[in-house]
Amino acid sequence: MARTFKEAAIAGIGATEFSKESGRTELQLAAECSLAACQDAGVDPRDIDGMITFTIDNSDEITLARCLGVKDLAYTTRIPGGGAAAAATIFQAMALVNAGVCNNVLIWRAMNERSQYRFGQNPNNMQGYTGGHGTGTLLWNIPFGAMTPASWGALQAQRYLWKYGLTNADLAHVCVQQRQYAATNPKAWFYGKPITVEDHQNSKWIMEPVLRLLDCCQESDGAVALLVTSLERARDLKQPPVRILGACQSIPFNVEVIANFHHDDMTVMPEARGVAKRLWEMTGLKPADMQAAMLYDAFSPHVLLQLEAFGFCKPGEAAAFVKAGGMALDGAIPTNTHGGLAGEAYIHGMNSMAEGIRQVRGTSVNQVTKKTVEHVLVSSGMAGAVLARA
Amino acid sequence: MTTPTDSTPSAAAAPKPTRIAPIVTPDAKDFWEAADREEFIGEKCSDCGRFRFPPRPMCPYCHSLKREYVKLSGYGTVHSWCMPRHPPPFGFREPPIVAVIQLQEGTRFVSNVVGVKLEDMKQDMAVEVIFEPTMGNHKVPVFKPRGQ
Repeated sequence: MARTFKEAAIAGIGATEFSKESGRTELQLAAECSLAACQDAGVDPRDIDGMITFTIDNSDEITLARCLGVKDLAYTTRIPGGGAAAAATIFQAMALVNAGVCNNVLIWRAMNERSQYRFGQNPNNMQGYTGGHGTGTLLWNIPFGAMTPASWGALQAQRYLWKYGLTNADLAHVCVQQRQYAATNPKAWFYGKPITVEDHQNSKWIMEPVLRLLDCCQESDGAVALLVTSLERARDLKQPPVRILGACQSIPFNVEVIANFHHDDMTVMPEARGVAKRLWEMTGLKPADMQAAMLYDAFSPHVLLQLEAFGFCKPGEAAAFVKAGGMALDGAIPTNTHGGLAGEAYIHGMNSMAEGIRQVRGTSVNQVTKKTVEHVLVSSGMAGAVLARA
Repeated sequence: MTTPTDSTPSAAAAPKPTRIAPIVTPDAKDFWEAADREEFIGEKCSDCGRFRFPPRPMCPYCHSLKREYVKLSGYGTVHSWCMPRHPPPFGFREPPIVAVIQLQEGTRFVSNVVGVKLEDMKQDMAVEVIFEPTMGNHKVPVFKPRGQ
């Protein structure tokens, strides 16, 4: 095959239901969502030639390929950094298609993260602490009782809140907005269950005085897959192609995912700033050119930090921006319109990537209609992409 | 280190440490062995003299492999902090205050602040190192308000 540069596009999305107990293995969830993504695209799963997932996904690529009957796999890889891998999978799939080495790249993430193990609880295995996951300093925190993602996220956020004179109550508006979106999304775990600022403030402390229960993403069972191919080929497939206009990762010096305490200024997310810089350079676009954004919301402060890092508002202004309706459908940047990882489900960010694709296709249950959706930003903090109408 | 016996009732009366011992990786061995001796040490480049954390074999500033472990002042400030309420962290009878300590030498270290109530915590408050025991006869550096 002669290698020529090819534009990349997302041709298919697939997902299982989102639950607290899937009742089947993670491998089965992976196979189901992968098949669904191929069927959505109109691509024979046997023709998949690239496979990408997260380093901490438990389903083996070769076994999954055997489920799908993949004839001749050309490339596999895995991405470190926990949920930071979400948008990075799109970046790598784009690069493989651009380079002309793969035609049908499958991205998947499958997890029984509520029924089989729980990310939100104290650690019961060493998986996340071994090499290859980009989480090199986590072990240093364990003897001191900082042993959950919420504890690391709170330590990261506390200085930001203090610097700008904010308290936990200022985070409520992110959570209320996301649950409002989830309330009208039948696929969301919290469908039909909006919350108020009072509900947020009455929820129990997880990390006092930074994070309450309703600031935290869910623990979920479920799986999401994407099928990435060339833009040219996607035009002949079943769905309107969603072009990957630009995608990148950014891991600045002394930054690591979540236990991010060793870079110079803890009141900013240097990795998201780095992603923003690369993305805006790569696409020639700016924040005002985005009609929607999906921002990784493990914990509510991360949404504020990303709104600032991508330039939707100035440093320290995101809480007021959200309170004034900035994330709403008629706001400056409709954000996490599926309900986010807090409202819809926590499929490690991949369900947020899928929502970005639906916004470009025009098929979200909370579709942005005030403007024509030309460009959507998807971000998992250390990686991001601009998805565009073809 | 002494072994408590029946003839030392004071030792028997001391509550057994519940804190989890550090999991020691090869690159962190020197640090934790020093902590067992109640020494709070930092890794310093022998060529350019800059401190780095976490420990690693190469200086990121000058790429020297020469390194030394030096006793740190043990002084720092509370850069950020919170109290884990749920789930209760393993190894603590009461919820601890966890904090990112900005050390005088320029690096940061995640630890606990002890001897102060949550409502009395102040941003950037001055702290100094002390040591607390863990299960398995080890010790870890924690911080108390300076001069307390």
